[in-house]
Amino acid sequence: MSRIFHRLCLFFVLLGAVVGAQAQLSIEITGAGANRIPLAIADFAGDSVAARVIAGTVRSDLERSGLFKLVEAGSPGLDENSPIDYANWKSRGADAIAAGSVQRTADGRLEARFRLYDTQKSLTLGGAAYITGNEQLRTAGHRIADFIYEKLTGEKGVFSTRIAYVVKARGQFLLQIADADGQGAATALTSTEPIISPVWSPDGSRLAYVSFEKKKPIVYVHSLASGRRTVVANQKGSNSAPAWSPDGSRLAVVLSKDGNSQIYLVNADGSGMPQRLAASPGIDTEPRFAADGSLYFTSDRGGSPQIYRMTAGGSDVQRVSFEGNYNVSPRPAPDGKTLAFITRREGRFQLAVMDLASRQVQVLTDSNKDESPSFAPNSRMILIATEIGGRGILSAVSSDGRIKQRLSVAAGDVREPAWGPFLK
Amino acid sequence: MNKLIIPALLSALILGCTTTPLPEDGTTGAPVETRSGGNTVTTVDAGSLDASGLPKALTDPKSKLSQRSIYFDLDRYDIKAEYQDLVAAHAKFLVDNRGFKVLIQGNTDERGSREYNLSLGQKRADAVKRSLVLLGAREDQVESVSLGEEKPKNPASDETAWAENRRSDILYRAADGRGEF
Repeated sequence: MSRIFHRLCLFFVLLGAVVGAQAQLSIEITGAGANRIPLAIADFAGDSVAARVIAGTVRSDLERSGLFKLVEAGSPGLDENSPIDYANWKSRGADAIAAGSVQRTADGRLEARFRLYDTQKSLTLGGAAYITGNEQLRTAGHRIADFIYEKLTGEKGVFSTRIAYVVKARGQFLLQIADADGQGAATALTSTEPIISPVWSPDGSRLAYVSFEKKKPIVYVHSLASGRRTVVANQKGSNSAPAWSPDGSRLAVVLSKDGNSQIYLVNADGSGMPQRLAASPGIDTEPRFAADGSLYFTSDRGGSPQIYRMTAGGSDVQRVSFEGNYNVSPRPAPDGKTLAFITRREGRFQLAVMDLASRQVQVLTDSNKDESPSFAPNSRMILIATEIGGRGILSAVSSDGRIKQRLSVAAGDVREPAWGPFLK
Repeated sequence: MNKLIIPALLSALILGCTTTPLPEDGTTGAPVETRSGGNTVTTVDAGSLDASGLPKALTDPKSKLSQRSIYFDLDRYDIKAEYQDLVAAHAKFLVDNRGFKVLIQGNTDERGSREYNLSLGQKRADAVKRSLVLLGAREDQVESVSLGEEKPKNPASDETAWAENRRSDILYRAADGRGEF
């Protein structure tokens, strides 16, 4: 069972004709948590096709998280109103069971209802109903999985969130948006020139990124629904490394207009002049706002690239990383407890996390070319770009390093991941 | 969600390639006047332009100014002695041709953070810019930008490729706006 789980390989054919990437993003689970919660998801009653899609989405979401072990539920003929034989489910090894149904509404949409039960305590943990169109069945499944995840682990689920990443295929660069499980990819931007450093606005409606389409790096803000793009930094020299302020009104960016790469603040609507945040004789780059409003960034002011922290106003600069001579790409976790970054150890670039209270550092991977970490909004998983067999892939690693998944595209390189915020 | 952007340019490209055959009547080309004795004509190239709209002095492989790349050592951004003459030649061209502008693109190898490499490439571009300005080019003739690790000349992952990719390139633009950037 565990072996099958470890090697479980799910291939999803992505819908939507997409130039270049075309679009088989596959997920492979390569590691799971030590103590997985045994859980049964009964087949959903009602509309059989829709029921299969929804229950299947819930099961694969929860299994992929690495925190649950699915107990075979069979087809017990349950729905959300059936009485539950707690003792029976307990004896089958399930600590919890979910049952539900899918019904057509009068206006032709679908209503998915479910209820979750704790078999240890013989009580219901609650339930919910979601009404969706036919094409959003998987979205309903993700919502149900988020509900179950939160009830059983105590932290919010991220199955309904989205990710952004860049695919390089056949000389084209595609900025794509997909569900957190890699499905439903859509292309927001295609270019023959590189696209790097996408970051989600706090409300999830916009992406900021660096595009080289004008033969030099320029920072854009891109509204996903309308496709409208705004240049927010196009100064003389290079413009790069955007990071959203917590309220979404401004961006920290890196400009070289005054010489070295230095950190500035610009307005997210492109108005006004850049305001310099700090001045150093060396390179300052990769700013990121932490939950407390402070800024982490990379600087070589001490002779090698290291991670520093300063106030939002640019004062009180403190060095944060000390081990080794190459520590870059700082990403404070949304919960403020840890910092993910890339460290070079014996010529290999690997994902590491620092406990911000104890300053203890743990290297989480055994790879050579990790890049661009991005935290899930619940701080549990970190998405990185890495390389396997010369191909760029994405890897999701839990912040304790136990759970690992890979996302790859058959026809090209995937890179520059950015995990989006919780859905409002 | 934004709709997919699907460029439909391929067919346009194919349609653009048509060939007009030459008339095959046996008389190929215009008649050539042959002269002999002390009446030779020497052709003078008065700065004719190549396809990009730049003078041949910048693009002819026999001209030093056609060399546009300055290579750097690992983690370094100082211009090595062997490239000083080349940078000086470009500075002289910019002094003699004030209407011309250059874009310096700094590049790095693929290892490490993309954004840190972008800043490192900027340092390499700035080093060339600083030399050009010291040697008389005007500040507003020279822009330095970085491509970081994003546009490798050699896409391989070995020492040879990495050395080739640690580089600044000089791109020219003439006063009329034609050129390489």
